[in-house]
Amino acid sequence: MITVKEVKKSLLVSLWFVFLTFPLMVIKVNPYERTVSWRWSNMLYVAIGTFVISLLAKAWFVRKERRMARQQDSCRSRTPIIQKILQRPGYRYPLAAFLLGAALAFPQLFSTYQANIMTTALMYIVLGLGLNIVVGVAGLLDLGYVAFYAVGAYSYALLNLHFGMGFWTVLPIGGLLAALFGVLLGFPVLRLRGDYLAIVTLGFGEIIRLILENWNAFSKGPSGISNISRPGFFGMEMSLDQAMIYMYYLMIGLLLVTIFVVNRLQDSRLGRAWLALREDEIACQAMGIDKTRTKLIAFSLGAFWAGLIGVIFAAKTTFVNPASFTFMESAIILSIVVLGGMGSIVGVILGALILVLLPEYLRALSEYRMLAFGAILVAMMIFKPEGLIAGVRRVYCYQGRKRNTALKNDE
Amino acid sequence: MLELKNVETGYGHIQVLHDVNLTIHAGEIVTLIGANGAGKSTTLMTISGIVPCRRGQILLRGQEIQALSPDKIVALGVCQVPEGRHIFADLTVRENLDLGAFLRTDKVGIKQDLEYVYSLFPILAERRHQSGGTLSGGQQQMLAMSRALMARPQLLLLDEPSMGLAPLIITQIFEIIKAINKEHNTTIFLVEQNAHQALHIADRGYVIENGRIILADNADKLLSNPDVQKAYLGI
Repeated sequence: MITVKEVKKSLLVSLWFVFLTFPLMVIKVNPYERTVSWRWSNMLYVAIGTFVISLLAKAWFVRKERRMARQQDSCRSRTPIIQKILQRPGYRYPLAAFLLGAALAFPQLFSTYQANIMTTALMYIVLGLGLNIVVGVAGLLDLGYVAFYAVGAYSYALLNLHFGMGFWTVLPIGGLLAALFGVLLGFPVLRLRGDYLAIVTLGFGEIIRLILENWNAFSKGPSGISNISRPGFFGMEMSLDQAMIYMYYLMIGLLLVTIFVVNRLQDSRLGRAWLALREDEIACQAMGIDKTRTKLIAFSLGAFWAGLIGVIFAAKTTFVNPASFTFMESAIILSIVVLGGMGSIVGVILGALILVLLPEYLRALSEYRMLAFGAILVAMMIFKPEGLIAGVRRVYCYQGRKRNTALKNDE
Repeated sequence: MLELKNVETGYGHIQVLHDVNLTIHAGEIVTLIGANGAGKSTTLMTISGIVPCRRGQILLRGQEIQALSPDKIVALGVCQVPEGRHIFADLTVRENLDLGAFLRTDKVGIKQDLEYVYSLFPILAERRHQSGGTLSGGQQQMLAMSRALMARPQLLLLDEPSMGLAPLIITQIFEIIKAINKEHNTTIFLVEQNAHQALHIADRGYVIENGRIILADNADKLLSNPDVQKAYLGI
C-alpha cells in the first residue's frame, strides 16, 4: 500500500510543479490596462492535480512490480491479452473478418466527410507500417521518412503536370522512385548507427523539402502544384463524393496488401536478417549476412511504401506543396510506430488510428494538441515503453523434461 | 588450407600487424597466442574480412580472399566466433542457430547439424526457446560456437573462447573444440590468452608480439620452450 514516505514524495512533486507552473498559471499580465492579476486558485488546482496524479502513478508502479514478481515463474502470461487473442486462429480470423466487414461498410454507414478522415488514417497506417520496417524491425532510426513521401507525391504531381500520366501508371513509378531515393540515402549512412543515423536522416528530410521549396523551375516552389487529376476507374466519370469513397476503398486494398507483405517479410529470411542486424552487426557479419544489402533493402522497402502513399496523397488532395512535408510529419509517423509498439503490425494500426483520428474529433481542443501529444508520449515512455501493443515474439516455456521431448517432435 | 603472406593491417594511423606469415593445414588445430594488444584478434578479423587487409595476401585453398567482403568469405566456408561472443540477445537460442545457417539452403543438412550441436551442448537443446541474453556466460559461448558450426565451416576461427569463463567450463569448451576438430574434420584456428590450455589441444602454435610473429613451432615444443614458459605460461 501507499506509505507515508510516498505521500511525502508526492507532496514534494506537487510543490515542484506549483513552482514550475507559477509564472504560467498564476501570474496574468494585462499589458493594455497595465495590471497584474494573481490567479491563486489555479495554484491550488495544479497542486492537487499533480499530487493525485503522482500518487496514482506510484500505485500503478507498485501494482506492476507485484504483478511482475508473480509472473516470474510463468512466462506465458506475460503476453498482453490482445496478442493472446490474435495468436489463436479461432479468434483471429473471425475478428479479422469482422474488422474487414466494418471497414468495407464504413462509407455506406457514415458521411463522406467521415470516410475522408478514415482515408487519411489509413494512409498513416500504411506509412507507419512502412516506417516500421526501417525503425521497428531493422532498428535504423529514420527521422527523414517524410522525404520519401514527398518524392512519391511530387513524382505524381510532376509527371501528371508535364506528361499527363495517370494515377495507375505513376503509382508504381512513384514507389520505385522513392525506393531509389531510399538507396541513395542508404549508401552514405551505412556506417552510422543510433543518434548519428537519426541526425543524417533528419538532414536528408530537410534537404528534400528545401529543394522542393526553393527550386521554382522544377517544383513551382512554395506555391505548389494544383489540379492534379484524381485516380480513374476504367474511365468512369465520378462526382467528388464518389471519388472520395473510391479513394477510401483503394486505401483499404492497399492496406491489405501492405499488411500481407509486411507480415510475410517479418517471418522471412530477410526479416530474420533485419532482426539480427538490429541486435548485433559484428555477429551478423560473422554469420555471413551481407550488411550493406540488408540495410539498403530495409531503407528502400520502407521508402517504397512511403512513395506509394505519396502518390495517393497527391491524388487525394489534388494539390501538393512543400508545407505538407515538414519534419512534423516525420515525427507523427515515428510517434505512430513508437506509440503503437515497435515491430508490431496491430500496434502500428492502433497507434495510427489514435494519433490521426483523435485530433480530428477533438478539434475543439486543437490549441492544446501539441501539449497533449507531448504528454501522451512522455506518459507512454513511463508506463508502457514497449508501445500499446508490443511486438510479441513467440515465447515458449521450459516446463520440465517431459514437455521438452514433446516439443522436440513438432520441430 | 589458409595461408597469410606478409599481411599488414591497421586502424587509422596505427599499424597493428607487421608482416604476418601464417600457414594452417587442413584438419589442424592451430593456435595463436600472445599478450593483450599483440594483434591476435586483429589477425582473425583480417582473415574474416571485417578489418581490411592493407598489404599482403590471404590465400584460402590457393584463392586470394583479402579483397572479399565478410559475407563472401563466410560463403567460402570460413566462420568466425567473435570475441565477447556477440550472440543475438533478444532472439531465442533456436533463432540464433538458424541465423548461423543463414547462407545454407539444404534443409536436411541444417536439421542434422542442429541435432549435432544439440548433442554437443545438451543445455542448448533444453533452452532452445529462451532468449540468448538470458543464458549464462558459458552457455552464451556454447551458443556462439554452435551458431558458427551451423554454417558448417571448413575453417572455424575462434576468438578467445575462454574469456571470462569459470575454469571448469573452460576445460569443457576446450574438450569440445577438440571433438569438433576430430569428428567433423573442421580446421580450427584458435586465438587465446589462455596459452596453456590452447597449446595442449593444438597441433601447432604461433606466438605474436607487437603485431609480429616471433615464434612458430609444434605445440608441444612451444610448451617446453623456456621463453614461452616464462612469458605466457607463468612457469
